[in-house]
Amino acid sequence: MAMTITEKILARAAGKDKVRAGDLIDANIDIVMCHDVTTPPAISMLKEKGIDKVFDPEKIVVTPDHFQPAKDIKSAELHKRLDTWAKEKKIKHYYKLGRAGVCHALLPEQGHIRPGEVIVGGDSHTCTYGAFGAFSTGIGSTDLAAAIATGQLWFKVPESIKFVLNGKLGKGVYSKDVILAVIARISTDGAIYKAMEFVGETLADMSMEARMTITNMAIEAGGKNGIIGFDDVTKAYLDEHLTDKKDYTVFESDADAEYESVEEFDCSKIEPMVALPHLPSGGVAIGECQGMEMDQAYIGSCTNGRIEDLRIAANIIKGKEVAIRTLIIPATPVIWKQAKDEGLFDIFYDAGCVISAPTCGACLGGFMGILAAGEKCVSTTNRNFVGRMGSPKSEVYLASPATAAASAVEGKLTDCRKYI
Amino acid sequence: MPKAHVYKRDHVNTDEIIPARYLNTDNEAELATHCMEDLDVDFVKKTQAGDIIVAGEDFGCGSSREHAVWAIRGAKVQTVIAKTFARIFYRNSIDCGFYLIELPDVFEKIKDGDELEIDYKKGLIKNLTSGNDISFNPLPNFALEIIADGGLLNHISKK
Ligand code: SF4
Repeated sequence: MAMTITEKILARAAGKDKVRAGDLIDANIDIVMCHDVTTPPAISMLKEKGIDKVFDPEKIVVTPDHFQPAKDIKSAELHKRLDTWAKEKKIKHYYKLGRAGVCHALLPEQGHIRPGEVIVGGDSHTCTYGAFGAFSTGIGSTDLAAAIATGQLWFKVPESIKFVLNGKLGKGVYSKDVILAVIARISTDGAIYKAMEFVGETLADMSMEARMTITNMAIEAGGKNGIIGFDDVTKAYLDEHLTDKKDYTVFESDADAEYESVEEFDCSKIEPMVALPHLPSGGVAIGECQGMEMDQAYIGSCTNGRIEDLRIAANIIKGKEVAIRTLIIPATPVIWKQAKDEGLFDIFYDAGCVISAPTCGACLGGFMGILAAGEKCVSTTNRNFVGRMGSPKSEVYLASPATAAASAVEGKLTDCRKYI
Repeated sequence: MPKAHVYKRDHVNTDEIIPARYLNTDNEAELATHCMEDLDVDFVKKTQAGDIIVAGEDFGCGSSREHAVWAIRGAKVQTVIAKTFARIFYRNSIDCGFYLIELPDVFEKIKDGDELEIDYKKGLIKNLTSGNDISFNPLPNFALEIIADGGLLNHISKK
């Protein structure tokens, strides 16, 4: 029977020869990602039920990131609960402050993501790791508790939608613009409960960083997972980053696998996009919204806080002064150091940007960069819901690092192509 | 009598249900005081134990924070009736033993302030205000089993 890549990975994880969309399975989990907001409650639930077991201390990766460094007493308490537990359970991959980073940038970088595996995390953007040909999905605290204790979870095998991305991207157009265009077409629930499988020549030219921006936002279309097949680019990244366990199995969709639907995109026609408030599906071409005044620019997060993103932003900002508050948040310590070593911090400093330690921070309206009522922020993050970055009366405009950087320079939504 | 609080909105998201500024705690009673705050600041004030939230498509989209379910449950809301639910919210609710009802034409059948009586076993909502009986599809069996056991952790402990 023909299967999609998602079905094949889930079949393996369930110990079966085949599964099909709609089947309920118990899957073995290869990696569980834990951070500071959803894991402390999971730990408490396990304690309360008297479940002391951790299925495998080598397969759980812990990185506080949302409110790290602790923003207040309450978040310090969350971190303390996480810390005590991680030490007690002898979690092998526990990233403490100084090594911790935004989870979805950190795990691939530190070599925890392998093709063909099943990864779950207590965070909706866990779908990011699908860029490596893995099945990866976000879960809540109870599921997280179950996964931590048993290394298994039930899943309904999702139907897949195939997104065929054709054509070369134009100047100033990036993977962020592509995924904003995809979500603008299918809406925030266009792929609800479904696997979003991305294929096509546009992807071949993209780095793993750029691909992760695409799978990162699968959840913004309601998807259960986003997934991209394995190729030479994937292999090169893994060769560089896998340190621990270098073996993995590569799966690919059969040519005659069944899809619920197929969506084709001519990516050569996509322009720099901005998702207007208050939904990630609010994407329009920059031409339709340029000139709108902003109060803040935010370049960072699990969507676009990687080195490639910082380089793109620095190239545009170089030698200019930003007109609005501009926050640069490298997503991990390694990225932070790379940016420093490459001289990007000098560029940002000279332009009047502020550079912070790796954290989710303002991306979720946590801290450092919160918006007041009536303020507008152009942001490289993935969500622009009401109140996402602060006051329920503030507004978030989602864009690529290039668009955010150009807009920071001019203080209003700006077509980045004039600076490239 | 339990009352319906109708939000004629699609995509009511977890940031509206429980804003991230309150995620520095997982205390259910504390979360409950901010339930639905960024959608309706008066929600907690006007809600009585047993009341029901009614909304459109894709309810609970966004973050994986189970805090959204805890805030709603903590505010003593009995259930949420929506056209459809976002995946992680739906799964979290079942895991917590919190029953959800999917009803495609919900806005035609339930108006703001309607008094409702729900029979979960029969899959029946009695709208006492309009006098109509509304049937709904009960949750699938595996979900009912988890809910009957009082949530996923009890369920797997039993196994
Ligand atoms: S950077 Fe933002 S979207 Fe990504 S994990 Fe952190 S809070 Fe979530």
